[in-house]
Amino acid sequence: MSFRWRRSIALLSATLGLMCAAASPKPGVDTARLMSDPPALTLQAYGLFEDASGRRPAPGVTPYTLNTPLFSDYAEKRRYLYLPSGAAMTYRDRGVMDIPVGGVLIKTFGYRQDQRHASDHARPVETRLLIHRSNGWAALTYVWNAEGTEAVLKRAGATLKVGFVDTRGVRRDIDYVVPNVNQCKQCHSVDGRLSPIGPKARNLNGPYDYGSGLENQLDHFARAALLKAAPTSASIARTPVWDDLSEPVDARARAYLDVNCGHCHSRAGFASNSGLFLELEETDMSAFGVGKRPVAAGRASGGFEYAIAPGYPDHSIIVHRMASTEPGVMMPQLGRSMAHAEGLALVRAYIAQMKPAS
Amino acid sequence: MSRHDTPACAIAAIVMFGVSAGSGLAKTLSVVAGENGEERLQSALIDAKPGDTVRIGPGRFAISGSLSLDTARVHVRGAGPGRTILSFDGQTSGADGLLITGDGAIVDNLAVENSKGNGIKAKGVDGIVFRRLRVEWTGGPKASNGAYGVYPVSSKHVLIEQVTVKGASDAGIYVGQSQDIVVRNSEAAFNVAGIEIENCYHADVYDNLATHNAGGVLVFDLPGLPQMGGHAIRVFHNRVVDNDTANFAPKGNIVASVPTGTGVMVMANRDVHVFDNEISGNSSAALLIVAYLNAFKDPTYNPLPRDVATYQNRIGRNGYDPKFDGGPILAKLSGGSIPPTLWDGVTQFIIPGGAASTDRVRLSLKDGPVVNLNLKIQGTPVTSAQPSVSQQWVDGEITAPPPVKLPPGMFDDRRKGRARR
Repeated sequence: MSFRWRRSIALLSATLGLMCAAASPKPGVDTARLMSDPPALTLQAYGLFEDASGRRPAPGVTPYTLNTPLFSDYAEKRRYLYLPSGAAMTYRDRGVMDIPVGGVLIKTFGYRQDQRHASDHARPVETRLLIHRSNGWAALTYVWNAEGTEAVLKRAGATLKVGFVDTRGVRRDIDYVVPNVNQCKQCHSVDGRLSPIGPKARNLNGPYDYGSGLENQLDHFARAALLKAAPTSASIARTPVWDDLSEPVDARARAYLDVNCGHCHSRAGFASNSGLFLELEETDMSAFGVGKRPVAAGRASGGFEYAIAPGYPDHSIIVHRMASTEPGVMMPQLGRSMAHAEGLALVRAYIAQMKPAS
Repeated sequence: MSRHDTPACAIAAIVMFGVSAGSGLAKTLSVVAGENGEERLQSALIDAKPGDTVRIGPGRFAISGSLSLDTARVHVRGAGPGRTILSFDGQTSGADGLLITGDGAIVDNLAVENSKGNGIKAKGVDGIVFRRLRVEWTGGPKASNGAYGVYPVSSKHVLIEQVTVKGASDAGIYVGQSQDIVVRNSEAAFNVAGIEIENCYHADVYDNLATHNAGGVLVFDLPGLPQMGGHAIRVFHNRVVDNDTANFAPKGNIVASVPTGTGVMVMANRDVHVFDNEISGNSSAALLIVAYLNAFKDPTYNPLPRDVATYQNRIGRNGYDPKFDGGPILAKLSGGSIPPTLWDGVTQFIIPGGAASTDRVRLSLKDGPVVNLNLKIQGTPVTSAQPSVSQQWVDGEITAPPPVKLPPGMFDDRRKGRARR
């Protein structure tokens, strides 16, 4: 009861605050607009960015990065956290940080024309918002115009033609799929409820350049009073960086599988019924796929018997499905239209170095 | 798409599972075939509120992704399984035709054709009705077809009726890790498995036709899954005939181990009653009662079929061309064909960790003669069989599970209701 009561007061004060904000429009984030339905038709209406092209975050909007990100067709991603003035996340050692009502996670997907040129600006394709409202999380997707000057709401998703030159100089033309709100939830789901999946403490536990040199993100959040109850970053677990060659292959591969698969392939995720659990914390190697037979894979098994056949990447269903771009076979089911060559190579190397079953 | 008010009489009919749609605000969202059909349909599925109906007009809708419904108590209805066709011939993304994650949905009167993955999947829902649907891979049985036709999983209160599934490369009608299930008046043909109940509690499968599959009706329990210990399954008054399509499942999947020409197969599970079915024209065996075949690591799993009763089935000509290891020899020894009931005779297993199981296995197999392969211990290869034949195998009377109860209203069929008036 007391919890609810406290929450009501918090909501009431938040609402009053919002009303005041609404009464005196000024530049900055329009929390009231973020928290209300129906959503704004343009991203710009929320004031999350100072410029129309969404490059300069407004005050209260903090950029962040992840040690190991989800692969999304080689899109480059810019991530931001917005917290209303005075609000803070609460540290959790497992799962995603406890982000209070009013918090927003912002992610812009974009492509540079030529990914070999670091100086190019990525042209934004879509910006996704995860908004923590009093009745739970809401997912919204805004698709940018060709000029990159305005992003409009797309609730039913879209398929966009995107072309770019990749880091190896190969021209790529893809059907980039913007998810609909239901598809957002397919990945962003914990026990059937929409939820963030990225900002876990361990995956945030790495450096970021805030303009004054590198600083650990968790320490920065704590120092800026955006994060409560956090131990020092040095004392807690961190998700390995999947492409940092100085880290061992198994650690990098586990990190990659955790981030790219573990949100669905967990006991509370969309793929719980598979019995295949790929989170970093999983210690049951059978549940992790080693020597595990498919359950409902159907033809997607590719004729192979095990999710992971130790020592034999070419006989492992995981590799087969990561390499596929065919709907009904490919994994993840959503969010990519091409194979991730580098991620696939890493997982193959990991399985190849496993000791074969006797 | 147009959104218009529903007449009051129709609102009364939108009462779902005994729960009223509420204050008369239930809407019908109509989607007609034509340009942008996919986007308009998906938008309607997103915009529908609890109690609403998404009415899909006649015609062919070309769908390139997966459709999805995540809202509770939405009725998705077409103009008939021959008239409203969701065609996935050009599907380029998504693993299912239609994915349902909202509780209490009714999907009826439409067809899903040629989805690249599963036809219609429901995951983790309480209450789902599949009614008068057709899910079909129109090129006939092929390994490249999608896995499951209708596919409720990790759900409870499941009703599948008047559904036809053809061509699934795994199971046509598949219910996995669910509870309180009724599958009736449906047809499964030219799939690897016709109807498969896997890791489920409390299922009634009756008045169905399973024909021209590799295996007609399967009741399985597999290890290493969140829900195990399948039990309380009744399979009765079905026609399981002429299951003669060569098994076309990709290797590695459990159904790949189903011999072509299997009538009813029970693997592991407890309290399974198979009775009053017509079983004929199945070339490998009419009734196959076996333990889980592979090694397993889960100490909480029981691989044995136990408390299984088979009786009063009308057994025709079966087992005349057995397609399993040792089958031809066994048929020869048995006078030319496999007797109606084949049991592997496994009564014990080694619990991972080392101890031998001690639970008694009771069976009541009355549709004889019964062949007992006497394999004794789970994992013993079939080449070690020492078959013996008896008229019946009965080592106890086994009480049938009670009929499955679904919430009031789930069985209400709007079309039938109208006809009665």
